Amino acid sequence: MTVKQISVFIENKVGGLATITDVLAKAGVNIRALSIADASDFGILRLIVDDVFAAGNALRENGNIYSITDVLAVAGDDTPGSIAKIVNVLAKEGIGLDYGYAFFAKKENLAYMIIRVEEMDKAVKVLNENNIHIADEEEINGI
Amino acid sequence: MAKRYYQPEIETMPVEEIKALQSERLVKQVKHVWDNVPYYRKKMEEKGVTPDDIKGIEDLHKLPFLTKDDLREAYPYGLLGKPLKDCVRIQSTSGTTGRRVVAFYTQHDIDLWEDCCARAITAVGGTNEDVVQVAYGYGLFTGGPGLNGGSHKVGCLTVPMSSGNTDRQLQFMTDLESTILCCTPSYAAYLGEAIEEKGLKNQIKLKAGIFGAEAWTEEMRHDIEEKLGIKAYDIYGLTESSGPGVAFECEEQTGMHINEDHFIAEIINPETGEVLPEGEKGELVFTSITKEAFPLLRYRTKDLCILSRKQCSCGRTHIKMRKPMGRSDDMLIIRGVNVFPSQIETVLLNEGMTPNYQIIVDRVNNNDTFDINVEMSQEMFSDSLGKISEKEKQLVASLKAMLGIQAKVHLVEPKSITRSEGKAVRVIDKRKLYD
Repeated sequence: MTVKQISVFIENKVGGLATITDVLAKAGVNIRALSIADASDFGILRLIVDDVFAAGNALRENGNIYSITDVLAVAGDDTPGSIAKIVNVLAKEGIGLDYGYAFFAKKENLAYMIIRVEEMDKAVKVLNENNIHIADEEEINGI
Repeated sequence: MAKRYYQPEIETMPVEEIKALQSERLVKQVKHVWDNVPYYRKKMEEKGVTPDDIKGIEDLHKLPFLTKDDLREAYPYGLLGKPLKDCVRIQSTSGTTGRRVVAFYTQHDIDLWEDCCARAITAVGGTNEDVVQVAYGYGLFTGGPGLNGGSHKVGCLTVPMSSGNTDRQLQFMTDLESTILCCTPSYAAYLGEAIEEKGLKNQIKLKAGIFGAEAWTEEMRHDIEEKLGIKAYDIYGLTESSGPGVAFECEEQTGMHINEDHFIAEIINPETGEVLPEGEKGELVFTSITKEAFPLLRYRTKDLCILSRKQCSCGRTHIKMRKPMGRSDDMLIIRGVNVFPSQIETVLLNEGMTPNYQIIVDRVNNNDTFDINVEMSQEMFSDSLGKISEKEKQLVASLKAMLGIQAKVHLVEPKSITRSEGKAVRVIDKRKLYD
């Protein structure tokens, strides 16, 4: 029930993001969601893409350092309070977020939230119990 | 008019007499080393030289060199020339693991060292009427203890401040009306700025400063002289040959007189070891001819320099060395501390990182900045910012432990460090240290 996220090391300099997104564009990789976490000099660019394999190959060829992480893609209606509902469910069970970011899919009219937690299995269980939809790889690729 | 020399009969001794004195002392010193320092004796034997071959300074070139590697190999007691019961002090270099130099002193050695510093203080106009503020570090570093001792010998009121705590420095400087300041040139510049900022200039009674342990330019000299309203003088020394006072500047401010009754200076071709004639640029080599406990013969300083025996208007006859014009090895002196790029490589490998790094040194407002770019590696990377930051912090701490000074570490993208013909450029020194 998890999806693959690509995390790329990125230097904090002008044009850093442009270079990496160019590399992905040339490889025909479509970016579904993107977030940047930054420290003072560097950051981690986190991406959900339609083809993790192609993205990884292109980045490696370009000399980038990256890793692939399992994350949860949780969906809610595109209405006020839907993200609040998701995070409240997790909070109630004492599950803390390492990080999270959200994106919107127009076609499905769904708000997706990508989350990374320490206890993935527990989170899946809790979300299922509360009838919160967790998207799989196929669903994300099809957006 | 202040007394101009601390030991006039020696400082103005005719050159021929100095050379005769050096010859006499060298012969004695070589015998002392042969009899008491097996490490050096072995080097002499390997070269087929015995004390009988050394009849005067003209034979100096026959002796083997000593280098920092020898000091490391012989650490701690291998070059000791006196039994420990006769030694009263050690001093040590600013301290880089694995390359630490420990020098030993008998009471006699300390006396002579302090004489050298007293000559430097007298040369800048110091008398028993002066208040000397010593803002060099005290402790293992030779700067504080050396100038402190010299100041006592001249009879100055000595203020043993040590380095740092700028507010307190300024308070003593104004309250006690210090007239001579001794510290590193970068700290002098920093104090000058603080004085300007606080508008204290009219309360400062300084007339002269003795600044060393770091490379500095004429431009920096003018800056310090203007900000502090003083004459700024250079002083040279190294722990291996006692500390500051091996050479010092006189009122002419055109190079430093080497105390030739204690040290014989040579300039050699750093590649071949061949002795070069006066006036040519090469590596400075010192032979200590009066030191008992740590009698280094032909010690290679790695400082590139020129010697000149041109007559000096101050009346001193001892040979002058120009400000060092660079190094013949890859050592950097950052904030007064010796740094070898190889040490950074060692730390990176110890931390399980790839040794792709670049050192960037600059001087901003007369203070050294020290940055190290480290290329990110797969081993160090993770999806967690916190984990990377932790590793980065660990790296900074290990570097500090190895080097003794703080570096700013920047993680950069792989292959982003400038490479020249395939080789990474390890050091970018933007400071203009040498005129």
